[in-house]
Amino acid sequence: MNKEKLTRWLVSGPPFLFMVVFFVLPALIMVVASFRFPGEHGGLAPMFENSSWQFTLETYQFFFSDFIYTEIFLKSFLIAGLTTVICIAMAYPVALLITRVPKRFRDVMILLVVLPFASNFLIRVYAWMIILGPQSAFSVAINSVVTAFGFEPVPLLFSPFAVIVGMVYVHLPFMVLPLYTNLEKHDPILLDAAQDLGANAWRRFWKVTWPLSLPGVYAGSALVFIPVLGMFAVPDILGGTGDILIGNLIKEQFLGTRDWPFGSTLSIMLTLAVLAIAALAMRFSRKSLSYA
Amino acid sequence: MWFAALLVYLFLYLPLTVVVIYSFNDSRLNAEWVGFTWRWYEVLFQDEEMIQAAVNSILIALGASLIATMLGTMAGIAMHRYKLKALPFLVITPVAMPEILLGVSLLLFFIQVLHLTLGLLSVLIAHITFCVGFVAIVIRARLAGMDESIFEAARDLGATPWQTFRLVTLPLIMPAVIAGALMSFTLSIDDFVITFFTAGVGVSTLPLQIYSMIKIAVTPEVNAVSTLLMLLTLGMILLAARFDKTVLRGETR
Repeated sequence: MNKEKLTRWLVSGPPFLFMVVFFVLPALIMVVASFRFPGEHGGLAPMFENSSWQFTLETYQFFFSDFIYTEIFLKSFLIAGLTTVICIAMAYPVALLITRVPKRFRDVMILLVVLPFASNFLIRVYAWMIILGPQSAFSVAINSVVTAFGFEPVPLLFSPFAVIVGMVYVHLPFMVLPLYTNLEKHDPILLDAAQDLGANAWRRFWKVTWPLSLPGVYAGSALVFIPVLGMFAVPDILGGTGDILIGNLIKEQFLGTRDWPFGSTLSIMLTLAVLAIAALAMRFSRKSLSYA
Repeated sequence: MWFAALLVYLFLYLPLTVVVIYSFNDSRLNAEWVGFTWRWYEVLFQDEEMIQAAVNSILIALGASLIATMLGTMAGIAMHRYKLKALPFLVITPVAMPEILLGVSLLLFFIQVLHLTLGLLSVLIAHITFCVGFVAIVIRARLAGMDESIFEAARDLGATPWQTFRLVTLPLIMPAVIAGALMSFTLSIDDFVITFFTAGVGVSTLPLQIYSMIKIAVTPEVNAVSTLLMLLTLGMILLAARFDKTVLRGETR
């Protein structure tokens, strides 16, 4: 082996080996586990027993036999979709504004978007527990309006509403950053041209800025949608007993009922969903790039 | 647009401000403002479980950032120098996946394959796994902005690969290495999801401790520890950004 090749192995070998052992191998184990039987006391049953290999499709059949699991998957997609749309609506004005302020303010404004995310994820979720709690000024104000219209007061915390607020809050910068990176590259001359041709601000936005920003929107959407899909802590802390998503289901299988084969099956279903979304996002952003 | 953006900034900062303010509130409830107090910080510093959790967090973060920085620097250099397909995929995918997947697959692996008792070691390994990618990205970005001819010159002057690395490459990428290390430290000390699955019952970290307090009994002690943790991570990230600006773009998790 020559020196160049040796260096190459020395440099890339250790990280490669580490990731194979602690990332690829565990992923493969999970695939195998999803086809195995649960153990008597949780975990997995022996793979080789009574002189035969013990593999089964039971967990997959179980997943499709009870509609509740499909329903939880659909609900998770719905929550992730809603979160993504709200994030787009909130991130857009911020990203657009940052591109229109003088250059020297831009870094600071981006920093101000990222900074809250320097705080711990749980703290950001916990903050909403306070704000949406029954005694908070916000809850009291909302409910005084609600009761003024003659309705029953609504609990804000431990509801799907709280879950979505928490999800949006935790993931918003994932949308702002790619969107800003995209918007920053637009040539302002295009908007001038549209204006000269008589397009009003509304038309200029929808006919010029929006279509050009689609790659950024798709990239941001993937960055928001994917983590939301697997999130268990936000529904766990802000949601009620009914607000169960894929993540909560997986957590329950591994740490609660300890049915690891089924937990693995659910994890694999989630992985497949994530891969599909990522592929879709990449396809779309390439397509919109070729338009632009 | 100005107004909408202003509202979003308000939305970003209001919740955290509330947490900080209530950490000084002289009441057990996060509701009415009663008066100023340091009480919750005193409670915090006498809470032995919390202090043990903080010690664990710091130990794990130190170990994870040290090892992840070494592996991540190697990976970043390798990804830049050689046309590798598998390595970027292996290093970056754990960063892009929902964290729960990495958490449960490592849990399975540690218990079923390694027969490891969950504890500090399992958490340490898990943290390294997701930190390597962040370091590698920062290092590669730094190298991408550099003039290749410096390394060629070193080689032409007869430097061995090791000498080139130690005397040319390393000093040049040092800011990115330090930034990567500080970032790994922050990511590790902040991680909740992956730690939750790999810590087992015996070991607690700050986020795990915060989680159990939120789930069981919320007192303003949570606000106090949150405020301190916020200051710590804020300081680390600003420090990391001083060394390498790509950190701010990378720090989105």
